[in-house]
Amino acid sequence: MTPELQIVLIAVVTAVAAALPGTYLVLRRTALVSDAISHAILPGIVVAFLLTHDLNSPILLVAAAATGVLTVFLIEALFRSRLVPEDASIGLVFPALFSIGVILISRYAGDVHLDTDSVLLGELALAPFDQMVIGGVEMGPRALWTMGVILVLNLVMIALAWKELKLATVDPGLAALLGFSPVAIHYSLMAMVSITAVGAFDAVGSILVVALMIAPPATAYLLVDRFAPMLWVGAAVAAACAILGFAIAYALDVSIAGSMAAMCGVLFTAALLLAPRRGLVAQARRRNSQRLDLGVRMLLVHLLHHQETEAEIEECRVPSLHRHLQWAESRTRQVVREAEQRDLVSRVGDLLNATAEGKRLAEVAIVGEPTG
Amino acid sequence: MDLFGDYTLRLVALGSAVLGATSGALGSFAYLRRQSLLGDAVSHAALPGIVLAFMLTGSKVPLVLMLGAGLAGWIGTLAVQLVVRRSRVPYDSALGIVLAVFFGIGLVLLTHLQKQSNAAQAGLESFLFGQAASLLRRDVVTMAVLGTAALVILVLLWKEFKLLSFDPDFAASVGLPVRRLDGLLTLLLVVAIVIGLQTVGVVLMSAMIVAPAAAARQWSQRLAPMVVIAAAVGIFSGVAGSLFSSLIPRLPTGPTIVLVLSAIVVVSLFLAPHRGLLWRSLRRGALRAAPDLDPVLMHLYALSHQHPDDPEHGHSVAVIRTMSPPETNVDAALERLADRGLAQRTAGGSWAPTPIGRREARRIHDREAGEGP
Amino acid sequence: MKMNDANYAWAIEVEDLTVAYADQPVLWDIDLQVPTGVKMAIIGPNGAGKSTLVKAAMGLVKPVAGEVRIFGRSRDGAEGQIAYVPQRSTLSWDFPTDVIDVVTMGTYGRVGWIRRSGTAEKMQAEAALEQVGMTDFARRPIAELSGGQQQRVLLARALVQDAPIYMLDEPFQGVDAPTERAIIEVLNDLAHAGKTIIVVHHDLQTIPEYFDAVLLLNVRAIVSGPVSEVFTEENLRLTFGGRVGVLAASGAGEV
Repeated sequence: MTPELQIVLIAVVTAVAAALPGTYLVLRRTALVSDAISHAILPGIVVAFLLTHDLNSPILLVAAAATGVLTVFLIEALFRSRLVPEDASIGLVFPALFSIGVILISRYAGDVHLDTDSVLLGELALAPFDQMVIGGVEMGPRALWTMGVILVLNLVMIALAWKELKLATVDPGLAALLGFSPVAIHYSLMAMVSITAVGAFDAVGSILVVALMIAPPATAYLLVDRFAPMLWVGAAVAAACAILGFAIAYALDVSIAGSMAAMCGVLFTAALLLAPRRGLVAQARRRNSQRLDLGVRMLLVHLLHHQETEAEIEECRVPSLHRHLQWAESRTRQVVREAEQRDLVSRVGDLLNATAEGKRLAEVAIVGEPTG
Repeated sequence: MDLFGDYTLRLVALGSAVLGATSGALGSFAYLRRQSLLGDAVSHAALPGIVLAFMLTGSKVPLVLMLGAGLAGWIGTLAVQLVVRRSRVPYDSALGIVLAVFFGIGLVLLTHLQKQSNAAQAGLESFLFGQAASLLRRDVVTMAVLGTAALVILVLLWKEFKLLSFDPDFAASVGLPVRRLDGLLTLLLVVAIVIGLQTVGVVLMSAMIVAPAAAARQWSQRLAPMVVIAAAVGIFSGVAGSLFSSLIPRLPTGPTIVLVLSAIVVVSLFLAPHRGLLWRSLRRGALRAAPDLDPVLMHLYALSHQHPDDPEHGHSVAVIRTMSPPETNVDAALERLADRGLAQRTAGGSWAPTPIGRREARRIHDREAGEGP
Repeated sequence: MKMNDANYAWAIEVEDLTVAYADQPVLWDIDLQVPTGVKMAIIGPNGAGKSTLVKAAMGLVKPVAGEVRIFGRSRDGAEGQIAYVPQRSTLSWDFPTDVIDVVTMGTYGRVGWIRRSGTAEKMQAEAALEQVGMTDFARRPIAELSGGQQQRVLLARALVQDAPIYMLDEPFQGVDAPTERAIIEVLNDLAHAGKTIIVVHHDLQTIPEYFDAVLLLNVRAIVSGPVSEVFTEENLRLTFGGRVGVLAASGAGEV
């Protein structure tokens, strides 16, 4: 395997592994917990490193996962005390923990690979140099193995707790009613997030973890409507970010992690604009056609109210319509023309009259479709 | 050598003080408007602005870099608003996306710069974690000018911002231009953040916004004292953090300041009067230690249940006396409960529990019923 | 500078007003004339657009069609003519401030930019507090208030504006009986002084007792007029019994 291929593989596996728990975070509106955890696990890693003196020890993963869960626990304790609002609780806990981590590194581990820059940024480019060696044979980059295992773990966890996780995310009240312990589900999810963050730390750093956990699922959220597709689409988008990001980084010789995050942004923006129903372009087009439609119906309702009343002569005259409805003259003309074209109004001299069909449409507009 | 050290330290302390004051003051408003994490997003979003500013102008003059940071941060807030208003992506996800994507772009630019010249990007990298020791006089001057300007605007438009933060609809109804005021206040927040980036760095800046306000909120029930306390906490942490970090080797400034802040927050949460956790448990303890208070409060509470629609319906002292054992000094107990804010006089010399008193009584009840605190 | 608006016949005129959120109309072609000095209730089922109508009258939402006139003049110049009492639930009551401060906020429109509120404003605020019976609570932090107390504070805040028109959104929601009585007394006093009072109300029982006029609203104006004429079972059935008016054709489920 060429080094480039190895890096791409690691990137893709990391991206997918992150997007999966991220989907739940986005839907539960706790996306920034990913930011908090990915920063706050630092002291856990450092302490574990100082104890084992081995960067590759799995103890690091466990310690970090524990710190991640602790972080969430602290945030909630703070929030439950009712002294601090929820968003501030997050913003208080993780910088403190992160600072402890940075200081620990600076004081006790300053000359090791675990330096502050790589913590934030990761160093994917170096990953191929850190091979997993079993029995003297190079088995591929260690990072690939680590993230691969984590990806499998995440998939297994999601598969095993599929119903519980989905229900707790989509309908927490019902989940509690059915006896699924929300606390257990919640903390298992947080553990998943922590472990993923730790594994990804080395390769891509904390910030990219946040990008991968939030942006691809959010992109999927704009594209699909049901839960399961959101998971898979999110994963696919994440993989695309990884591949495209690497391509750009390779071509321009810049940070791989940064490029991947940037691509997450590009793909998200593309979805924001171009998504078939929810995209801004689609919205604008729909709005234009809806405005005209709405205008016609407003005209019909107005006619329905005022024709055959004393004020009819005044309210239903074409020239004075725009004053009553407070529309620009051009819009009034456009709407009247559309209504005439659709045979919904008839004009007698200056006065507009709703046709039978026009009257029916106006009544439907107000009270909804008649039943039966 | 000594003089040089002192000079640098003075600069760093001064810079940290300016930073502490502005982030404390403006952070208070962000805190109350539930925009604490917006600060985090803005800090991270500032990175590409800093790098671009340097790339375009070739200058590392602090004002230029801060302008770039501010512009990028400001665009970040606009992006968040756009996403939230025009799509179903929730607010926190929008913040996270802007935060991470902008930062990633910043990294791309930074590493691009790295190839070109090592010296150039060395200074810029200090924006990641802050490097207070690298503060020059012109940095501090710029910070002071911008910070003062922001604070002056805050003071001038104090009542407008207060009303905006409390009740934007009412503010609009009395004729305030709510959208523009909101934009201005957010802009001031961006300025406060931009000032601090060089000292504390992108990652930790959000703590400077949140922590002083959180601590101050525990000590004050009114806005002006809260903002003043927050600014004071910010200044103190900034200066103390800089001091410690200069005295103790290999202690980077940014994290040290944040730890000092966090310690203050923890102390505030425990010790603050009326709200603090220690206070709460003491009060419960005092209630337990004063055998008369507990039952009288419970009687008040029980009586209030007869009028669920009318929590302020009072009952006369005579009624409470009949419910208590004959030796009880009900009047004194009621006075002491009033002192603690647990009971209040109502019309006609009657007494009723306050909302806090009701909560306290419920807690006692739960505890006695074995359901835990 | 108050024009002598009390002479103008109509405090508020709403003409052909349509308000839409995301192209979904929530108010359809509303015509309404509120006589000066009347006490009017607005009632209707959930989703009828009552709060929206209030907000449109306040100028807080822009209509898609039609207009609102205050004392015969365009809505746009009419700041300070309407004192607003919003729904309690829309505010964050753990804001660090006290009762007198909230009430004083009602004077901010008058005091103008940058200048501080002074002794005159303070006295006005205290007078308003006295009117609602909350004088003893002036320095109480608002986080410690009960529901009824909160409502009275919001009313005092509106009183301080001394506006000719008052609009209250669900002021009796979740409020104890004495507070309700106190508020009605204040509203009656205001009406006696020639003010126009408009209240979004939810309790049908009390309408004949509290109000002179009523608007029955369900996306469109079903009927409006004096309570004695218009508050009939037939009209109520028309308002509440039918479906809430929603555009069937556009298919969007959420507003």
